Amino acid sequence: MSLAKRIIPCLDVDNGRVVKGVKFVDIRDAGDPVEIARRYDREGADEITFLDITATHHNRDTMAHVVEQVAGEVFIPLTVGGGIRTLEDIRRMLNAGADKVGINSAAVFNPEFVRQAAEKFGSQCIVVAIDAKKVSAEGEKNRWEIFTHGGRKATGINAVEWAVRMQNYGAGEILLTSMDRDGTKSGFDLLLTRAISEAVSIPVIASGGVGNLEHLAEGIISGKADAVLAASIFHFAEYSIAQAKQYMQARGIEVRL
Amino acid sequence: MSSVAVIDYGMGNLHSIAKALQHADSSVAVRISADADVILAADRVVFPGVGAMRDCMQALNETGLAETIKTVAASKPLLGICLGMQAMLSDSEEGGITRCLNLFDGHVKRFAEGLADTEGNRLKIPHMGWNQVHYKPHPLWFNIPQDSRFYFVHSYYAAPDDAEVTVATSNYPQAFSCALAKNNIFAVQFHPEKSQTVGLQLLQNFLHWDGAL
Repeated sequence: MSLAKRIIPCLDVDNGRVVKGVKFVDIRDAGDPVEIARRYDREGADEITFLDITATHHNRDTMAHVVEQVAGEVFIPLTVGGGIRTLEDIRRMLNAGADKVGINSAAVFNPEFVRQAAEKFGSQCIVVAIDAKKVSAEGEKNRWEIFTHGGRKATGINAVEWAVRMQNYGAGEILLTSMDRDGTKSGFDLLLTRAISEAVSIPVIASGGVGNLEHLAEGIISGKADAVLAASIFHFAEYSIAQAKQYMQARGIEVRL
Repeated sequence: MSSVAVIDYGMGNLHSIAKALQHADSSVAVRISADADVILAADRVVFPGVGAMRDCMQALNETGLAETIKTVAASKPLLGICLGMQAMLSDSEEGGITRCLNLFDGHVKRFAEGLADTEGNRLKIPHMGWNQVHYKPHPLWFNIPQDSRFYFVHSYYAAPDDAEVTVATSNYPQAFSCALAKNNIFAVQFHPEKSQTVGLQLLQNFLHWDGAL
């Protein structure tokens, strides 16, 4: 027995409210991130990620307040992503009770920011979020590029090389999202996940495309991910986190039950 | 009302640990402090920490808190967490060789690169996530099932000289010491404040511990 693979539910938060929420039977307010976090914690989530999907200045204050409330009663690791651009943004979220922050486009625009953040706060709390899309043509060797602006803008940066560079700059973990699969419910981009997971020595969280429990297991087994992140299958109560863990265990994956 | 001081020496976020201690026992007065007088006046002391060992020891030495911790270690229940535990060994490989507090004889070493699990998958560093903790009897494990999973995040681990001080091990992939104890000192590599029910139970046990075995 050894380290368990992690299941991380992600809450997309807009102005203090969870979007895409569903009315769970034991939750009064489906849009309240605190109530949903509490539920995921009870069901056995290994960590919880909050993604500030609009990330305006005003929203960051609201997000810090949400994190503070959750951290007062949910004692598992909490990650906050979206709009983290300065050391002050990081400090604010850590002080509110976050354990890690996800840095996405700010890393692309200024890679040194990742180095500064890791030096200042430690690699253990710096997650670099990578949004990648396949750019190779059919029949060519697979190649993925980093995209920004929700997958709309290409950067020309090779995703695998970028992951290694971010590790060298002090990232403690990679959150990898396939922009081809995000929202499709057709499963992770397993080749992308595996390419990155095998290229770096830090943990990789697979994200983007989960539509069923088999997808979660495949992310670990074929994608070689250390953790899997999903939003909608848990939000819409298609599956509980406990069910996801039981399924993964039946597939021979070590989980925390 | 009993009190617990959380030592603040600028290494990492102490809000989580303070909140978890308060949640574990709402009757306890929790004080985050860098002031030796406050720390020495508390009934119990928590010594947390994340980050790099060299910065940690530098901060402890510059502030004089290194001496405060040694005084606490000789007098009242002391709980080291993560980097706080590692700082209790003689020295660490991290950042060259860094001299530490030497409350336990032994060294802090880095996990070897290129290790693999039984299926041949590369073991990642840091060791991050929920791992099983196999313990030997100690009052701080009260009400915690054997082999429970706790949350870890670290790249270095403690290797004490005296096997007797190891009160729990985890595997990654080999067994390593994830909890040390001696008299009134208890130290854990994992984060009880982030380990849900079992973590809160451990903190509650500490808050009720008189330092005896």
